Amino acid sequence: MDWTLLAERLFGKEHGIARDGDFLRGEVEFDGEPLAVIGTTAHAPIGVQLALAQARAVLDVVTHQPGRAILLLIDTQGQQLRRRDELLGINRAMAHLGMCIDLARRRGHRVIGLVYDQALSGGFITSGLIADACDALPEAEIRVMRLPAMARVTKLPESLLAELSESNPVFAPGVRNYVAMGGVRRLWQGDLAQALRDALADAPTQDRRAEDGAARGGRRLAASVVQRVLDAA
Amino acid sequence: MISYAECSARERLAQLVDAGSFHEWLPPAARLTSPHLAQLGLPAAFDDGVAIGRATLAGRAVFVAAQEGEFMGGGVGEVHGAKLVGLFKRALRDRPDAVLLLAESGGVRLHEANAGLIAVSEVMRALLDVRAAGIPVIVLIGGANGCFGGMGIVARCADHVVMSDIGRLAMSGPEVIEASHGVEEFDSRDRALVWRTTGGKHRWLSGDCDALVEDDVAGFRAAAIAALDAARPVTLAALEDEHELLAARLSYDGAEAIPLWASLGVPEPGRVPDLDVAALRGLGVR
Repeated sequence: MDWTLLAERLFGKEHGIARDGDFLRGEVEFDGEPLAVIGTTAHAPIGVQLALAQARAVLDVVTHQPGRAILLLIDTQGQQLRRRDELLGINRAMAHLGMCIDLARRRGHRVIGLVYDQALSGGFITSGLIADACDALPEAEIRVMRLPAMARVTKLPESLLAELSESNPVFAPGVRNYVAMGGVRRLWQGDLAQALRDALADAPTQDRRAEDGAARGGRRLAASVVQRVLDAA
Repeated sequence: MISYAECSARERLAQLVDAGSFHEWLPPAARLTSPHLAQLGLPAAFDDGVAIGRATLAGRAVFVAAQEGEFMGGGVGEVHGAKLVGLFKRALRDRPDAVLLLAESGGVRLHEANAGLIAVSEVMRALLDVRAAGIPVIVLIGGANGCFGGMGIVARCADHVVMSDIGRLAMSGPEVIEASHGVEEFDSRDRALVWRTTGGKHRWLSGDCDALVEDDVAGFRAAAIAALDAARPVTLAALEDEHELLAARLSYDGAEAIPLWASLGVPEPGRVPDLDVAALRGLGVR
């Protein structure tokens, strides 16, 4: 979904979210409460600069609006694939973004991620996947890598990967598979404002994704392996 | 001198911690394998490519994990990731003096991509819980496969990073960047370029790793012992400092390491690739 349409459906025409390049930032009012919106659009590649822009926004909320809820709007093609970004430490910049979000959570900010268009690997892991909860729109797309690239890296035939991606949630792209595995808490259907209201109301503070994945049948082993490590003699 | 890079994960552990002190949880005898590889016609490993357990280091209680680069490049799958998460959760409960992560990984294991991606994010959160409890997390990087992708992010979530000069720490591998933007963007076969961009010396000069050692298990052991009390609380002030440091990097205009090293005050930066670790330290840049 286009971000402006999403913003209007959530917050009305005067939503107050501004776009600067691929970066989105806004202070909106929702149900009479202030809410910080931070995100990206246009399938943004997340390089050092865009990771830092988001981190700056999170730090500013933590500093100036203690406790204010944060909505992360996610639309990314993944990490920026450039040598300069690697030279400058893109992994460190992404870790920094993730740690800023994590700090906000620990200081009592509710942080909700919403994949409203596309989410891939590196751009997703330090945004939605480190929030209290990550939700998605039903038409959004989530994956790690495109199948041709995956075939090249894994040296497996693309036809086999295409076939598997029809049936296997661990493997196949798609938001419903991420729901089944617990990585996405739920999909926002129908009234989006009500979905946001619900998301803010029941944001978990503990990481329940492995348990959710087991209960939903999409990721059967993770939670039990964690428990076995805790119980090992 | 024993090459850290040439050791297996368990060999590294055996020589890094106090002799005979490593006690493994869910060892290969438990035959805990990935359920996702058989359908791809691929062999599984009875530890899913990571050894975890407790040990002592200089007499101090530590929890340890070592990724095996020989198995699927150390890629994080569902079970592999859950073992790491379990180790951090157990550390939160049992309070060792530190957690050591001997990282060697290409990142998310693409063969179980979605589960691996979620698992890496669970590792990040579990690691940060351990740090928030004041228990230092020390990451050691010196395997032939480097530390990439999600594990490159995990490494920078730790308190302390130790690298050898042949270790590599980054996000995307040079092959992936070359495939995406062409050989003129990143020539993955130019080994000197790859190491200048992602290798231990560059990471040490730029401050992305805290200690630089030779490719020697004893060097890693000494650096790990020195880091045992290196807990760095994650505070708002600390993240503001980190932000300032990273933001300053954006003023560097270019993709080449040597002029970057010059801007850091490294004398004769073109010589850096030829210097050994002692000589590099002797430059007095850090």
